[in-house]
Amino acid sequence: MSSSTATLVHQPGESTGVTNAKLGIWLFLASEIMLFSTLFTTYIVLRLGAASWPRGWDVLNVPLGMLNTFVLITSSVTMVMAYAKAHDRDLKGFQRYISLTILLAFVFLIVKGFEWDAHFRHNEFPSTSIFHAVYFTLTGLHGLHVIGGIIVNSGLLYLSRTDFDHPLFVGRVEGAGLYWHFVDIVWIFLFPALYLL
Amino acid sequence: MKQYGWGLPLAASSYAGSIDFGIYLIHAVMILIFVIWGVFFTYLLIKYRKKTGVSAERDETHGVFKSLIPDLIVMVFEIVLIAVYAIPVWSKIKIDTPASGNVNTVAIEAQQWSWNIHYPGPDGKFGKTESKYVHFSNPIGLDYNDPAAKDDIVIANELHLPVNEPTVIELTSMDVIHSLFIPEFRLKQDAVPGMKIPVWVKPTKIGTFEISCAQLCGMAHSFMRGKVVVQSRADYDAWLKSHEPQAAQPVSASEAF
Amino acid sequence: MSQDSHSSSKPFYRYFFSTDHKVIGLLYTITALFFLLCGFMLMLVMRWQLAFPGSPIPFLGRILSPNLAPNGVMTPDFYNALGAMHGTIMVFLGIVPLGVGGFGNYVLPLQIGAEDMAFPRLNLASYWFFLLGGLLMLSSFIMPGGAAQSGWTSYPPLAIINPGQTVWLFAMVMLITSSLLGAVNFLVTSFNMRAMGMKLSRLPIFVWAQIVTAFLLLLAFPPLEAASVLQLMDRIAHTSFYLPQGLVILGMRHIASGGGQPLLWQHLFWFLAHPEVYVLLLPAMGIVSEILANNTRKPLHGYNVIVGSMISIGILAFVVWAHHMFISGMSAVLSDFFLVTTMIISVPSVAILTSFVFSLRGGSIRFTTPMLFALAFLPMFGIGGLTGLPLGLTVTDIYLHDTYYIIGHFHYIVVPGSLLALMGGVYYWFPKWFGRKMNDTLGKWHFWTSLICMNGVFFPMFIQGLAGQDRRYYDPMAALHSVPTQPLHVVSSVFAGLLFLSQIPFIYNFFYSIRHGEKTDDNPWQATTLDWACPSPPPHGNFTKPIHVYHGPYEYSPVGHKADWIPQNEEILA
Repeated sequence: MSSSTATLVHQPGESTGVTNAKLGIWLFLASEIMLFSTLFTTYIVLRLGAASWPRGWDVLNVPLGMLNTFVLITSSVTMVMAYAKAHDRDLKGFQRYISLTILLAFVFLIVKGFEWDAHFRHNEFPSTSIFHAVYFTLTGLHGLHVIGGIIVNSGLLYLSRTDFDHPLFVGRVEGAGLYWHFVDIVWIFLFPALYLL
Repeated sequence: MKQYGWGLPLAASSYAGSIDFGIYLIHAVMILIFVIWGVFFTYLLIKYRKKTGVSAERDETHGVFKSLIPDLIVMVFEIVLIAVYAIPVWSKIKIDTPASGNVNTVAIEAQQWSWNIHYPGPDGKFGKTESKYVHFSNPIGLDYNDPAAKDDIVIANELHLPVNEPTVIELTSMDVIHSLFIPEFRLKQDAVPGMKIPVWVKPTKIGTFEISCAQLCGMAHSFMRGKVVVQSRADYDAWLKSHEPQAAQPVSASEAF
Repeated sequence: MSQDSHSSSKPFYRYFFSTDHKVIGLLYTITALFFLLCGFMLMLVMRWQLAFPGSPIPFLGRILSPNLAPNGVMTPDFYNALGAMHGTIMVFLGIVPLGVGGFGNYVLPLQIGAEDMAFPRLNLASYWFFLLGGLLMLSSFIMPGGAAQSGWTSYPPLAIINPGQTVWLFAMVMLITSSLLGAVNFLVTSFNMRAMGMKLSRLPIFVWAQIVTAFLLLLAFPPLEAASVLQLMDRIAHTSFYLPQGLVILGMRHIASGGGQPLLWQHLFWFLAHPEVYVLLLPAMGIVSEILANNTRKPLHGYNVIVGSMISIGILAFVVWAHHMFISGMSAVLSDFFLVTTMIISVPSVAILTSFVFSLRGGSIRFTTPMLFALAFLPMFGIGGLTGLPLGLTVTDIYLHDTYYIIGHFHYIVVPGSLLALMGGVYYWFPKWFGRKMNDTLGKWHFWTSLICMNGVFFPMFIQGLAGQDRRYYDPMAALHSVPTQPLHVVSSVFAGLLFLSQIPFIYNFFYSIRHGEKTDDNPWQATTLDWACPSPPPHGNFTKPIHVYHGPYEYSPVGHKADWIPQNEEILA
């Protein structure tokens, strides 16, 4: 079936000056912003309508949340470093920093796991109150996004052994980086909204 | 006048007339627009059908903005409709609800699949309700420790109203969303659990009308019906009197149905 | 690009795992037509109950399990399930995949001169999410608990306490994922993959319609996804996002903690579902534009007006959602705001319709089969749009809300409106897909019978609505005010049956013509757009020669030119 006689009739990125992958990631992030804005709006509406709402620091573990914030911010830095190394064609450096990013993501999830576990042991479940419903759902969805980031970054780490010199590789790292920063930013909004307000 | 037929049902509330006016007006305009448009459309189809030897002419001579004139007319019509009809009438019906203390007030607590009509009784105050008191003999969970509850009347599916007097209905639901629809009054309002929504109506005709549920509420949605009995003030008072409970006696189930 | 997946010689892989946008487009088209037929048959069963309440369903009644239809008479729960699934299937599995997945996938890359979509593998993933989501949705009928029965709108708390809803939600999340992937792909393709010289101002209207549609999908679907996740949490983790305190369900206190708000779902749902209406409509308008220009042999009247209107519809579609909620208990003052935005959004719609009609003036109208469908779209959409007026107006909506009037209104938009135009699209692009034409006589029979039957089904609903007949009623005889107009249900049902019969020529014609239709050349309609500048059917990679675009999309009947059309890629030296 590959007996195509077609000629390449366009230059990718001709019209917008941005590669397909990058434009695609930006559009995808636009839809992600809509997703999380909806969840934040839900949180605001439910909180405004609630008879009582616990203070975050009374029911949640602020030091652990703070720790996780630093972990994620650090991982954003290592992600930037990974991109810089890929850009400079430094395979070893790239692998070191992307591994570090993945590791930090795991640290985040493990800390989060401890927090959840403590709640469960205190008999606090999503069904306990509307606050817990919001807390578990929002951090849970964010956690899924972190897992998604781990999968993408691990894929890049794996591909880097063979495809590091592929012309689109740097672009892929950039796309993954944009996504990872987005996940980070969502947490930077989530943390004060749930723990501190 | 026949109560139900192929057109709008009998109009029996103070604002039914203004709603009907809008419906008739818009339909007249709609039909007018559609007929004029249809004639023009048919004319174009016949006049410009393919003929041998005649090729299409590009109409660069006709300005694009000329074709927006119909749009402009529709827009002006809509603006007028909004400004002089929709917003004022809407305010009258849904926003300027009389304060519930000053006028005759009834509460309706909808449930799957009946309408619990709740009258405050002679003291004019509704008793507190709480879900833990709900029982077969106490469908809305009246708290009989509350003195205001002792004279309350709760009756399923039968709403009595005095004629020519505004009544505020405080609408809520105990389970899912229902919608109170009384076609003769042109009254429709969703009953939402967790919300108390006041609606008002001033019946203008004595008679028996129908309540139906207009929001899908589960299995027996179509069978969730009740009746509205509009009476003179004297008849209404007499009816209320005859249904007043003996002190501290919950309304018995047989009476409620 | 990923040529590797095309090289497989096994037909199953070649058709179901191809990353070629044309194969995926056809898969979408045929799958969506199949789902449309399924949704239609559910409706036929419902129509039996409405026309002859309480009498056993012929044939089917004997096969159905006794808990759905004891003695052949359907239960209210089964009726509600049919209703919910009919709506869901028609909207999310029928019209949208046909207009966007089917026509968009096949035609859009061709019209902009691209050799494929920007992300071919993503495209395939998007189809598979759609197919699996759709099959999951259909299979809910045979799962324990049955299909969802809370309407396609799934208002909580009903949707949370009713059985069947969990599968619906899972399927919806898959369908939403499919649409989001598709939307990203369509946008990147339209912005980045255009041929040399294909400026935005030279894009065919169809492409513009797809761009606006993709933006709507991209930005409106995530809120529904979030809302669905929350409803799913309410069902399986017993949270209370949509449940207030103190619910008593059939005399039993509900265990949920409470603290949620039922109206929250309605806001989130309609924030998607109103733009969704335009997702149903815009691709159809795009198709009508192509067919009208081609068959009047002249440029569309007011290209800029149409494109501008489509973009304004795309923006305004996000601020009209609560006109579905005038009587929901939402703040009555807020209703005034949504009343105004709703009236504003009618302005661009009227502008598009007027431009279409004025496009006929001066034309040399060929009444080909696709043209008949496109022409019928105009008055049918007109009826649908006009009857939206009393529903969009707060005051008259009090009475007409949730009656058969609204059913008639949106079906006029979607069925004799959108669907008719999409059918026209099938006839129009069939020669492109298979290099053969569909039979004209059968096509015209299909058109006239469908048009008459669709009106026969939906027009009576306006009369029923004015008489106050409530929608979603299992037994239309239950309410006294519905009894006089109940005979109209018989009329609707008879026409629905006839409508079903009138699709048989179409189905036969479609499959017969794939192999035996009259052979056509590459451009049988003498069309100007790039989809007709490649062979029919196009090979993998689409174009056999480099494409450069020199003109706007509809250069028909140019002055001083011999032929009455100039293809977009043909250079004319002045």
